[in-house]
Amino acid sequence: MKARVHITLKNGVLDPQGKAIHHSLEGLGFDGVDDVRQGKFIEIELSGNDPDAARASVSEMCEKLLANTVIENYAVEIDD
Amino acid sequence: MSAAVIVFPGSNCDRDIAVALEAALGTAPLMVWHGDSALPGVDLIAVPGGFSYGDYLRSGAMAANSPIMREVVSHAGRGVPVLGICNGFQVLTECGLLPGVLMRNASLKFVCRDVDLRVERGNTAFTGGYKVGDVIRIPVAHHDGNYFTDPDTLKSIEDNDQVAFRYCEPDGTVSDAANPNGSLANIAGVLNGNGNVLGMMPHPERLIDPLLGGTGGTPMFTALAEAVAA
Repeated sequence: MKARVHITLKNGVLDPQGKAIHHSLEGLGFDGVDDVRQGKFIEIELSGNDPDAARASVSEMCEKLLANTVIENYAVEIDD
Repeated sequence: MSAAVIVFPGSNCDRDIAVALEAALGTAPLMVWHGDSALPGVDLIAVPGGFSYGDYLRSGAMAANSPIMREVVSHAGRGVPVLGICNGFQVLTECGLLPGVLMRNASLKFVCRDVDLRVERGNTAFTGGYKVGDVIRIPVAHHDGNYFTDPDTLKSIEDNDQVAFRYCEPDGTVSDAANPNGSLANIAGVLNGNGNVLGMMPHPERLIDPLLGGTGGTPMFTALAEAVAA
Protein backbone atom coordinates (compact mmCIF):
# COMPACT_ATOMS: atom_id res chain seq x y z
CA MET A 1 0.00 0.00 0.00
CA LYS A 2 1.01 3.57 -0.50
CA ALA A 3 0.25 6.46 1.85
CA ARG A 4 0.23 10.01 0.57
CA VAL A 5 0.64 12.71 3.19
CA HIS A 6 -0.08 16.38 2.55
CA ILE A 7 1.34 18.77 5.13
CA THR A 8 0.07 22.34 4.98
CA LEU A 9 0.50 25.44 7.11
CA LYS A 10 -2.44 26.22 9.36
CA ASN A 11 -4.60 29.22 8.56
CA GLY A 12 -3.18 32.36 10.08
CA VAL A 13 0.43 31.13 9.98
CA LEU A 14 2.47 33.49 7.82
CA ASP A 15 4.09 31.81 4.82
CA PRO A 16 6.91 34.00 3.48
CA GLN A 17 7.95 31.27 1.03
CA GLY A 18 4.45 31.15 -0.42
CA LYS A 19 4.53 34.94 -0.72
CA ALA A 20 7.87 34.81 -2.57
CA ILE A 21 6.50 32.19 -4.97
CA HIS A 22 3.41 34.35 -5.52
CA HIS A 23 5.63 37.33 -6.28
CA SER A 24 7.70 35.31 -8.78
CA LEU A 25 4.59 34.03 -10.54
CA GLU A 26 3.41 37.59 -10.96
CA GLY A 27 6.85 38.51 -12.28
CA LEU A 28 6.48 35.79 -14.90
CA GLY A 29 3.22 37.35 -16.03
CA PHE A 30 0.77 34.91 -14.45
CA ASP A 31 -2.17 37.15 -13.62
CA GLY A 32 -5.07 36.16 -11.43
CA VAL A 33 -3.08 34.45 -8.65
CA ASP A 34 -4.78 35.48 -5.41
CA ASP A 35 -2.59 33.62 -2.92
CA VAL A 36 0.07 30.89 -2.70
CA ARG A 37 0.68 28.61 0.29
CA GLN A 38 3.59 26.17 0.26
CA GLY A 39 3.49 22.77 1.95
CA LYS A 40 5.02 19.30 1.76
CA PHE A 41 3.97 16.07 0.07
CA ILE A 42 5.35 12.77 1.37
CA GLU A 43 4.80 9.30 -0.14
CA ILE A 44 5.26 6.27 2.11
CA GLU A 45 5.32 2.65 0.91
CA LEU A 46 3.73 0.40 3.54
CA SER A 47 3.71 -3.34 4.04
CA GLY A 48 0.44 -4.91 5.20
CA ASN A 49 -2.99 -4.66 3.63
CA ASP A 50 -5.29 -3.14 6.23
CA PRO A 51 -6.11 0.43 5.15
CA ASP A 52 -7.54 1.41 8.54
CA ALA A 53 -4.44 0.23 10.37
CA ALA A 54 -2.26 2.00 7.79
CA ARG A 55 -4.17 5.25 8.23
CA ALA A 56 -3.81 5.04 12.02
CA SER A 57 -0.11 4.29 11.73
CA VAL A 58 0.60 7.12 9.28
CA SER A 59 -1.41 9.56 11.41
CA GLU A 60 0.80 8.65 14.35
CA MET A 61 3.87 9.24 12.15
CA CYS A 62 2.52 12.71 11.37
CA GLU A 63 1.94 13.50 15.04
CA LYS A 64 5.39 12.29 16.11
CA LEU A 65 7.60 13.45 13.24
CA LEU A 66 6.22 14.36 9.83
CA ALA A 67 4.23 17.44 10.88
CA ASN A 68 4.72 20.04 13.59
CA THR A 69 1.16 20.47 14.73
CA VAL A 70 1.93 23.86 16.28
CA ILE A 71 1.92 25.31 12.75
CA GLU A 72 0.96 22.50 10.37
CA ASN A 73 -2.07 20.42 9.45
CA TYR A 74 -1.77 17.03 7.79
CA ALA A 75 -4.03 14.91 5.60
CA VAL A 76 -3.47 11.20 4.96
CA GLU A 77 -4.65 9.27 1.88
CA ILE A 78 -4.19 5.51 1.59
CA ASP A 79 -4.05 3.89 -1.87
CA ASP A 80 -5.00 0.19 -1.75
CA MET B 1 29.95 18.80 38.63
CA SER B 2 29.87 17.94 34.97
CA ALA B 3 28.30 19.27 31.80
CA ALA B 4 27.37 17.52 28.58
CA VAL B 5 27.22 18.81 25.02
CA ILE B 6 24.93 16.79 22.76
CA VAL B 7 26.46 16.26 19.31
CA PHE B 8 24.32 15.46 16.28
CA PRO B 9 25.44 14.80 12.71
CA GLY B 10 25.59 18.36 11.38
CA SER B 11 26.19 20.14 14.70
CA ASN B 12 28.83 22.82 14.13
CA CYS B 13 28.86 24.95 17.31
CA ASP B 14 29.57 22.01 19.63
CA ARG B 15 33.28 22.86 19.98
CA ASP B 16 32.51 26.55 20.63
CA ILE B 17 30.07 25.78 23.45
CA ALA B 18 32.52 23.22 24.87
CA VAL B 19 35.23 25.92 25.06
CA ALA B 20 32.80 28.35 26.71
CA LEU B 21 31.67 25.75 29.27
CA GLU B 22 35.21 24.63 30.05
CA ALA B 23 36.29 28.23 30.62
CA ALA B 24 33.45 28.74 33.11
CA LEU B 25 33.37 25.32 34.82
CA GLY B 26 37.07 24.56 34.88
CA THR B 27 36.48 21.10 33.44
CA ALA B 28 35.78 20.00 29.88
CA PRO B 29 32.19 18.90 29.21
CA LEU B 30 31.35 15.40 28.03
CA MET B 31 30.70 15.32 24.29
CA VAL B 32 27.71 12.97 23.94
CA TRP B 33 26.83 11.50 20.53
CA HIS B 34 23.17 11.62 19.51
CA GLY B 35 22.96 7.84 19.23
CA ASP B 36 23.98 7.30 22.85
CA SER B 37 21.22 6.59 25.31
CA ALA B 38 22.85 7.39 28.65
CA LEU B 39 23.71 10.68 30.29
CA PRO B 40 25.23 9.68 33.62
CA GLY B 41 25.49 12.21 36.42
CA VAL B 42 25.25 15.37 34.38
CA ASP B 43 24.42 18.72 36.05
CA LEU B 44 24.10 20.82 32.89
CA ILE B 45 23.24 20.01 29.28
CA ALA B 46 23.94 22.10 26.18
CA VAL B 47 22.29 21.46 22.81
CA PRO B 48 24.52 23.25 20.30
CA GLY B 49 23.95 25.16 17.10
CA GLY B 50 24.44 23.79 13.63
CA PHE B 51 22.40 21.99 11.02
CA SER B 52 21.52 18.67 12.64
CA TYR B 53 20.51 16.12 10.00
CA GLY B 54 20.91 18.80 7.34
CA ASP B 55 17.73 20.53 8.58
CA TYR B 56 15.81 17.81 6.68
CA LEU B 57 12.01 17.86 7.10
CA ARG B 58 12.14 20.80 9.59
CA SER B 59 15.06 22.30 11.50
CA GLY B 60 15.60 20.17 14.60
CA ALA B 61 12.84 17.67 13.82
CA MET B 62 15.09 14.63 13.32
CA ALA B 63 17.42 15.50 16.20
CA ALA B 64 14.44 15.86 18.54
CA ASN B 65 13.75 12.15 18.00
CA SER B 66 17.34 10.98 18.59
CA PRO B 67 17.81 8.34 21.32
CA ILE B 68 19.75 10.76 23.55
CA MET B 69 16.92 13.30 23.57
CA ARG B 70 14.81 11.01 25.75
CA GLU B 71 17.52 11.36 28.39
CA VAL B 72 17.69 15.13 27.88
CA VAL B 73 13.91 15.42 28.38
CA SER B 74 14.11 13.24 31.47
CA HIS B 75 16.96 15.33 32.96
CA ALA B 76 15.08 18.55 32.19
CA GLY B 77 12.08 17.13 34.06
CA ARG B 78 14.31 16.67 37.12
CA GLY B 79 15.37 20.33 36.98
CA VAL B 80 18.78 19.96 35.30
CA PRO B 81 19.51 23.18 33.36
CA VAL B 82 19.30 22.64 29.57
CA LEU B 83 20.57 25.34 27.22
CA GLY B 84 19.73 25.17 23.50
CA ILE B 85 21.37 27.68 21.18
CA CYS B 86 20.24 28.26 17.59
CA ASN B 87 19.71 24.76 16.17
CA GLY B 88 19.62 23.62 19.80
CA PHE B 89 16.65 25.97 20.36
CA GLN B 90 14.94 24.42 17.32
CA VAL B 91 15.58 20.93 18.72
CA LEU B 92 14.15 21.87 22.14
CA THR B 93 10.93 23.23 20.60
CA GLU B 94 10.60 20.16 18.34
CA CYS B 95 10.95 17.77 21.27
CA GLY B 96 8.38 19.68 23.29
CA LEU B 97 10.63 21.00 26.07
CA LEU B 98 9.91 24.57 24.95
CA PRO B 99 6.73 26.12 23.52
CA GLY B 100 6.45 27.40 19.96
CA VAL B 101 8.39 26.76 16.79
CA LEU B 102 11.17 28.42 14.77
CA MET B 103 10.04 29.11 11.21
CA ARG B 104 11.90 30.36 8.13
CA ASN B 105 13.06 33.98 8.60
CA ALA B 106 10.44 36.44 7.37
CA SER B 107 13.01 37.89 4.94
CA LEU B 108 13.72 34.36 3.62
CA LYS B 109 17.40 35.27 3.97
CA PHE B 110 20.07 33.73 6.18
CA VAL B 111 20.82 36.41 8.79
CA CYS B 112 24.38 36.62 10.14
CA ARG B 113 25.18 39.73 12.17
CA ASP B 114 25.33 41.18 15.66
CA VAL B 115 21.97 41.98 17.28
CA ASP B 116 21.01 43.76 20.48
CA LEU B 117 19.03 41.82 23.06
CA ARG B 118 17.10 43.13 26.02
CA VAL B 119 17.28 40.89 29.06
CA GLU B 120 13.71 40.17 30.21
CA ARG B 121 14.45 37.66 33.01
CA GLY B 122 17.40 37.89 35.37
CA ASN B 123 16.63 35.31 38.04
CA THR B 124 17.44 32.07 36.19
CA ALA B 125 20.45 29.76 36.09
CA PHE B 126 21.23 31.20 32.65
CA THR B 127 20.59 34.90 33.12
CA GLY B 128 21.62 35.46 36.75
CA GLY B 129 24.67 37.37 35.49
CA TYR B 130 22.49 39.98 33.79
CA LYS B 131 19.92 42.42 35.12
CA VAL B 132 16.44 42.85 33.68
CA GLY B 133 16.64 45.66 31.13
CA ASP B 134 20.34 45.11 30.33
CA VAL B 135 21.10 45.32 26.60
CA ILE B 136 23.66 42.81 25.35
CA ARG B 137 25.06 42.60 21.83
CA ILE B 138 25.43 39.04 20.56
CA PRO B 139 25.69 37.53 17.05
CA VAL B 140 22.92 35.62 15.31
CA ALA B 141 23.49 33.27 12.37
CA HIS B 142 20.40 31.44 11.18
CA HIS B 143 17.86 30.85 8.43
CA ASP B 144 15.05 29.54 10.64
CA GLY B 145 14.82 31.84 13.65
CA ASN B 146 11.34 33.26 13.22
CA TYR B 147 9.71 32.40 16.56
CA PHE B 148 6.01 31.62 16.26
CA THR B 149 3.29 30.27 18.46
CA ASP B 150 -0.49 30.47 18.68
CA PRO B 151 -1.99 33.44 20.56
CA ASP B 152 -3.01 31.39 23.63
CA THR B 153 0.51 30.00 24.04
CA LEU B 154 2.02 33.45 23.54
CA LYS B 155 -0.23 34.81 26.27
CA SER B 156 0.78 32.06 28.67
CA ILE B 157 4.48 32.61 27.89
CA GLU B 158 4.11 36.33 28.59
CA ASP B 159 1.93 35.83 31.68
CA ASN B 160 4.43 33.32 33.14
CA ASP B 161 7.41 35.56 32.40
CA GLN B 162 9.04 32.93 30.16
CA VAL B 163 10.59 35.37 27.66
CA ALA B 164 14.32 35.56 28.47
CA PHE B 165 15.49 37.90 25.68
CA ARG B 166 13.93 40.17 23.05
CA TYR B 167 15.53 41.71 19.97
CA CYS B 168 15.82 45.44 20.57
CA GLU B 169 17.46 48.70 19.54
CA PRO B 170 20.81 49.58 21.18
CA ASP B 171 18.86 51.69 23.72
CA GLY B 172 16.61 48.77 24.65
CA THR B 173 13.55 49.79 22.62
CA VAL B 174 11.76 46.75 21.21
CA SER B 175 10.83 47.57 17.61
CA ASP B 176 10.07 45.90 14.29
CA ALA B 177 13.24 47.44 12.86
CA ALA B 178 15.32 45.62 15.50
CA ASN B 179 13.70 42.26 14.72
CA PRO B 180 16.09 40.33 12.44
CA ASN B 181 13.80 37.44 11.54
CA GLY B 182 10.13 38.26 12.10
CA SER B 183 9.88 36.62 15.54
CA LEU B 184 6.60 37.08 17.35
CA ALA B 185 6.89 39.79 20.04
CA ASN B 186 10.62 40.07 19.13
CA ILE B 187 11.26 36.90 21.13
CA ALA B 188 14.93 35.85 20.89
CA GLY B 189 15.00 33.43 23.82
CA VAL B 190 12.31 31.57 25.74
CA LEU B 191 12.25 29.52 28.96
CA ASN B 192 10.12 26.56 29.96
CA GLY B 193 7.60 26.98 32.77
CA ASN B 194 10.09 25.92 35.45
CA GLY B 195 12.83 28.20 34.13
CA ASN B 196 15.43 25.41 33.84
CA VAL B 197 15.31 25.08 30.03
CA LEU B 198 16.35 28.01 27.83
CA GLY B 199 16.33 28.19 24.05
CA MET B 200 17.79 31.18 22.23
CA MET B 201 18.71 31.96 18.63
CA PRO B 202 21.69 34.29 19.35
CA HIS B 203 25.10 32.73 20.09
CA PRO B 204 26.54 33.75 23.50
CA GLU B 205 29.23 31.06 23.10
CA ARG B 206 30.71 33.08 20.24
CA LEU B 207 31.31 36.05 22.51
CA ILE B 208 33.52 34.85 25.35
CA ASP B 209 36.90 36.20 24.26
CA PRO B 210 38.02 39.75 23.41
CA LEU B 211 39.84 38.29 20.40
CA LEU B 212 36.46 37.27 18.98
CA GLY B 213 34.91 40.70 19.43
CA GLY B 214 33.82 40.78 23.05
CA THR B 215 32.83 38.96 26.20
CA GLY B 216 29.10 39.74 26.36
CA GLY B 217 28.31 36.03 26.46
CA THR B 218 30.59 35.22 29.39
CA PRO B 219 28.10 36.20 32.16
CA MET B 220 25.74 33.46 30.98
CA PHE B 221 28.34 30.73 31.40
CA THR B 222 29.64 32.16 34.68
CA ALA B 223 26.07 32.22 36.01
CA LEU B 224 25.50 28.63 34.86
CA ALA B 225 28.71 27.51 36.58
CA GLU B 226 27.60 29.19 39.82
CA ALA B 227 24.10 27.74 39.55
CA VAL B 228 25.24 24.15 39.13
CA ALA B 229 27.92 24.54 41.85
CA ALA B 230 25.35 25.84 44.34
